[in-house]
Amino acid sequence: MDINDVRGFATILVMIAFLGICWWAFSPKRKKRFDDAANLPFADEESHEQAQAADSSHKKREQ
Amino acid sequence: MSSHSTTAGQEPVYNYDIVRQFSVMTVIWGIVGMGIGVLIAAQLVWPDLNDIFQPYTHFGRLRPLHTNAVIFAFGGSALFATSYYVVQRTCQTTLFGGWLVPFSFWGWQLVIVLAAITLPLGLTTTKEYAELEWPIDILITLVWIAYAIVFFGTIMKRKTSHIYVANWFFGGFILTVAILHVVNSAAIPISLTKSYSAYAGAADAMVQWWYGHNAVGFFLTAGFLGMMYYFVPKQAGRPVYSYQLSIVHFWALISLYIWAGPHHLHYSALPDWAQSLGMVMSLILLAPSWGGMINGIMTLSGAWHKLRTDPTLRFLVVSLSFYGMSTFEGPMMAIKTVNALSHNTDWTIGHVHSGALGWVAMISIGAIYHLIPVLYHRKEMWSVNLINSHFWLATAGTVLYIASMWVNGITQGLMRRAFNQDGSLTYTFIDSVEASYGGYIVRALGGALFLLGMLFMAYNVYRTIREPGEEEIPSPAANNAQVA
Repeated sequence: MDINDVRGFATILVMIAFLGICWWAFSPKRKKRFDDAANLPFADEESHEQAQAADSSHKKREQ
Repeated sequence: MSSHSTTAGQEPVYNYDIVRQFSVMTVIWGIVGMGIGVLIAAQLVWPDLNDIFQPYTHFGRLRPLHTNAVIFAFGGSALFATSYYVVQRTCQTTLFGGWLVPFSFWGWQLVIVLAAITLPLGLTTTKEYAELEWPIDILITLVWIAYAIVFFGTIMKRKTSHIYVANWFFGGFILTVAILHVVNSAAIPISLTKSYSAYAGAADAMVQWWYGHNAVGFFLTAGFLGMMYYFVPKQAGRPVYSYQLSIVHFWALISLYIWAGPHHLHYSALPDWAQSLGMVMSLILLAPSWGGMINGIMTLSGAWHKLRTDPTLRFLVVSLSFYGMSTFEGPMMAIKTVNALSHNTDWTIGHVHSGALGWVAMISIGAIYHLIPVLYHRKEMWSVNLINSHFWLATAGTVLYIASMWVNGITQGLMRRAFNQDGSLTYTFIDSVEASYGGYIVRALGGALFLLGMLFMAYNVYRTIREPGEEEIPSPAANNAQVA
């Protein structure tokens, strides 16, 4: 076995890793979980309003 | 202002102070960096401008100051602002790290000020995009470690089960830039202001461009893709087109970019196999780049009408178009035969600015226009019309810049490879410089338009912040807090 076998082997390994990631990401089993994750930017409006409220009440104290 | 605002009896909310600081500095450093850019572009039109205050205002001294200011001061501040904002909001927790948070701000500003002092003085390692001398490099490392602790610490104490994809991109950017910076900046100091690289010859060149191209790939791409994955969905009001695609996008992009550096060293002393490897990896890189671009743009499917009324969203979407354009152009230029024409010509400068103005600056500007009203409790920016004017100035400026550099680059490439029958060169080098003169004028004009847009932005941001509080959104939570 020479260095070129190792190179070929590495290419196959990387291909398997890529297919593995695709399978993991697109498997229907995880669809629901990723749909939830995709909505994370919209999930914290309440905390954001609290943050703003805390900020503005703080400013009013300063005045 | 307090760093950790809390409402009575409730959980600590977000730290927006640090986001405000970095957001405002993004605009200021943008104007400074782009202003120097316009100056050095004008120096190529009117060489007398080199003599304003020699030797400090010489093109060779100001050019690294321009690149450092736009990449690390403007781009860096935008990345700090957005990553600190996005990681808090998608992890639903305040920043971790206590004093490390303000340290990351003041430390980074100090790095920028030191760069602005040392580079015009001619103190430089001569490594492109890593010109700063070793004491500043050590300060950068300390700030970066603080940044990493704050960012990853915040992720570790998140209240959500999933780590949102934007944070994966920000995390990849922080981690990789740390490694790139430490490895490439390894040097042997001989005095406080002078050091020699720890590497030599072709190995030094390879380390430099492994760093250089990944500064593009991770600082200017992965970080800004993190921005894209939060602000495009947020501004469009709908989740990203395909979250699954974003996962494949992340892993494919970070595992490919790291190999692309050798394409900067085609036909050099670098071994041929390394050049070919860099070329092939750069070509494959087209796939994840376009996957990500399509994912971002398709987020708007069903909401295209919003582009008509929302110039902030227009900034975000057009930045993706320029991203798609420059990530197509890049792999093409990495092909050895194309590179034989484009290398050492203005085409490269045009390509860089299609990415830097079109993608990096426009997505940052869009993100800041989204952030400022949110951070200062305003319904929207002081003038939406002014955002619109800024958008058209930025777009026209970028197009003028890129088009003139394409023309110049191809002209220079063709002239420098033209031979007479007897084998002698048809043109001298200075012939190709003279032929570029028209392009230099158009480029300076394009840059000036882009800079003018940034001045509009600064005024708009100033008015939005200074506006009296009557435009505050009366939220139910705020009313409750007042009653209590």
